[in-house]
Amino acid sequence: MILFILCFVLFLIGLYGVVTKRNLIKIIISIAIMEYSINLFFILIGYIKGATAPIINDEVQAAVFVDPLPQAMILTAIVIGLATTALLLAIAIRLYRKYGTFDIRKINSLKG
Amino acid sequence: MRGMTIIVRKITQLVAPVIFLYGLYIIVHGHLTPGGGFAGGVIMAGAFILPILANGSILPNLRKEEAGLELMESAAILGFLIIAGLGLLFSGSLIFFSNFLHKGILGKLVSAGFIPIENIVVGVEVCAAMTTIFIALTVFSEEVPK
Amino acid sequence: MNSLVPLFVIIPLGSAFLMAIFGRIIKGFNKVLLPLALLFLTYLSIKFLLGAEGTITYQVGGFAPVAGVPIAIYLAVDGLSRLMLTIISLIGFLACFYSISYINIYTAERKYLILFSLMIAGMNGIVISGDIFNIFVFLEIASIASYALVAFGIDRQELEASFKYQVLGGVASLLILFSIGFLYWRTGTLNIADISTQLPYGGIFVKFIAMVFLVGFGLKAAIFPFHSWLPDAHSSAPSPISAMLSGVLIKAVGLYVIFRLFFNMFALSHQIAMIITVLGTLSMVIGGLLAIGQWDIKRLLAYSSISQVGYIILGVGIGMLILSRQGNTAVASLAIIGGIFHLLNHSVFKSLLFLSAGAVEFRTGERNMKKLGGLAEVLPVTSSTSMIASLSISGLPPFNGFFSKLLIIIAAVQAGYYLLALLAVIISIVTIGYFMKMQKFTFFNRSRVFWQDRNIREVPFVMCFSMIILALLCFALSLLMIPSLRDVVLTPAVNVLVEGLKYTNAVLGY
Repeated sequence: MILFILCFVLFLIGLYGVVTKRNLIKIIISIAIMEYSINLFFILIGYIKGATAPIINDEVQAAVFVDPLPQAMILTAIVIGLATTALLLAIAIRLYRKYGTFDIRKINSLKG
Repeated sequence: MRGMTIIVRKITQLVAPVIFLYGLYIIVHGHLTPGGGFAGGVIMAGAFILPILANGSILPNLRKEEAGLELMESAAILGFLIIAGLGLLFSGSLIFFSNFLHKGILGKLVSAGFIPIENIVVGVEVCAAMTTIFIALTVFSEEVPK
Repeated sequence: MNSLVPLFVIIPLGSAFLMAIFGRIIKGFNKVLLPLALLFLTYLSIKFLLGAEGTITYQVGGFAPVAGVPIAIYLAVDGLSRLMLTIISLIGFLACFYSISYINIYTAERKYLILFSLMIAGMNGIVISGDIFNIFVFLEIASIASYALVAFGIDRQELEASFKYQVLGGVASLLILFSIGFLYWRTGTLNIADISTQLPYGGIFVKFIAMVFLVGFGLKAAIFPFHSWLPDAHSSAPSPISAMLSGVLIKAVGLYVIFRLFFNMFALSHQIAMIITVLGTLSMVIGGLLAIGQWDIKRLLAYSSISQVGYIILGVGIGMLILSRQGNTAVASLAIIGGIFHLLNHSVFKSLLFLSAGAVEFRTGERNMKKLGGLAEVLPVTSSTSMIASLSISGLPPFNGFFSKLLIIIAAVQAGYYLLALLAVIISIVTIGYFMKMQKFTFFNRSRVFWQDRNIREVPFVMCFSMIILALLCFALSLLMIPSLRDVVLTPAVNVLVEGLKYTNAVLGY
């Protein structure tokens, strides 16, 4: 249970970063932290104490496997996170080119 | 982008082929061991990114590389979709993603129907995509603003 | 017909990557392929809408259920999905056809069309999927494509809007993923129908998950406290994309999933229904009030989207409230018909308005109403279609917007929510106000002869064609008030929601 709580704390740290940080790159890093905490959460869901990896072959005859479905889901989520982060970084680089700064207080051409 | 010192370049030259081979191994054994298309593809992409980092590159070359990789990526995804769609045609009951090939023996390298083929296609796609992302970001940060 | 379901994802995905490969080699390939593909999808979806009955399920990979437990990824196409598919394909086709001309002002037409196609694939995937993780994956495909499309102009405003949209969209996606993890933890399954049988009724966990889902999808749908990204993103995108985002994407990604989950997966609870209705009302009021002060045409339209989405949620929310306290089902379904009908109507007239705004921008390069004026004479088609859409969105008879708003208001009165009915009427009047302002300053204000010295012509035929078709739809959809037509198009969609947890039986076939 303590692991789940720590995982949630990690999520909140990421959320805190997204809300309070003023630097584009720090915001991206905060989103990445949130994503990792969720990845961790999924792995914890599938974890069973003492179980082995869910690969069936002749040598392994273990009765208990960890749940492979969260692992498959998290692999998909990692790929999606990769795409999101790459796009965010690309936009951040372009923004830096236009404004000469990463500070969101100075990037404010949209109002109202 | 500027290159690095001779030591880095030489070591990269030695290591990159091994990384590539390891990625290939992970992709091909994707249906038997942990790993598979995505993990192997990322490792393989390392083998392409490393020489660019070590040796440096100039913008026109990167642009040319990017175009080629984009083509490879699209072709790989199309291949994935076509193989999945072949299931629609060959399975007899019109099922998307149905595993229409012979399943083989559990634990052998050539088994599990079309999963190894899909793994290879995914590997190529991920490798191309990762390299494209790297090169695109490099191009973005290298090019001179108008 | 059953086996045609995956085509809704295969065709747009396949054409996206075909365009990536052959678009380079063959000139004009992209501009031909994508409209044709989307036209075919429109045909297919209309065939589904009129021909199919009940819930069509499809197991990807052909894995049969083991001991009654569904294993394969399920695609489930029921009345609501069929309606959404038709909206997505039809508006997608028209926006794409419009883009053929419009895209000439940008340089990278190939990338534009590829992203457009991916966005369609993502939305179709959300709508046909019966598996909650699959919904997440398709949602991300649609969202990532839309992030890139918002930034398509790569100028200051576009980049900033896209970054804002991405950060909030990213947080929303992570919240959704988090709650999917929670659901899987509690129930051990991902199939929506199966989850609803496993989920315990009530309890703090279920409420927590429901709230996190509501925040996540509320961010995607830009419901009131989470709406701050929408005006920036929707006004910065290229106009056909604004039409897709406002007309279709927020509905497929946000509203559809909210309705699907809260009616068909969670057992209806009074508190959640109350929260949804209150948020809907607040977005209706606040979006409408904020729209009055806007001088940028597309920004005004974006704020109006928030307000109209509020109407949709208000209608469906009233239905939810009545159902959750076992009230009169007839009134509940009337309210939900109003909401779903307004969803259909809003996607038509809002995309038409954005396309008209795009036509104005295409010819004049200007979006600021203070600088425009007198365009009715030089852009007759754009002006009249925009007028029709404005009248329709303001809820004047005989246009479609009138009937859907009327249904919502009647249902609110019958259910005894007089305050909500009053607010809906007031905001409808406010809507007339700001749309008349837009019409006056853009098309009719003859005192500004600023544009008359320039040689402005009507937009090309392809752009006119899309706008005229949508304008005709504004009239034609009023016909859905005729009961026999309504029973074909709207009632199956509404029944899916009213029947609630019977969705499970329909999908799993118990």
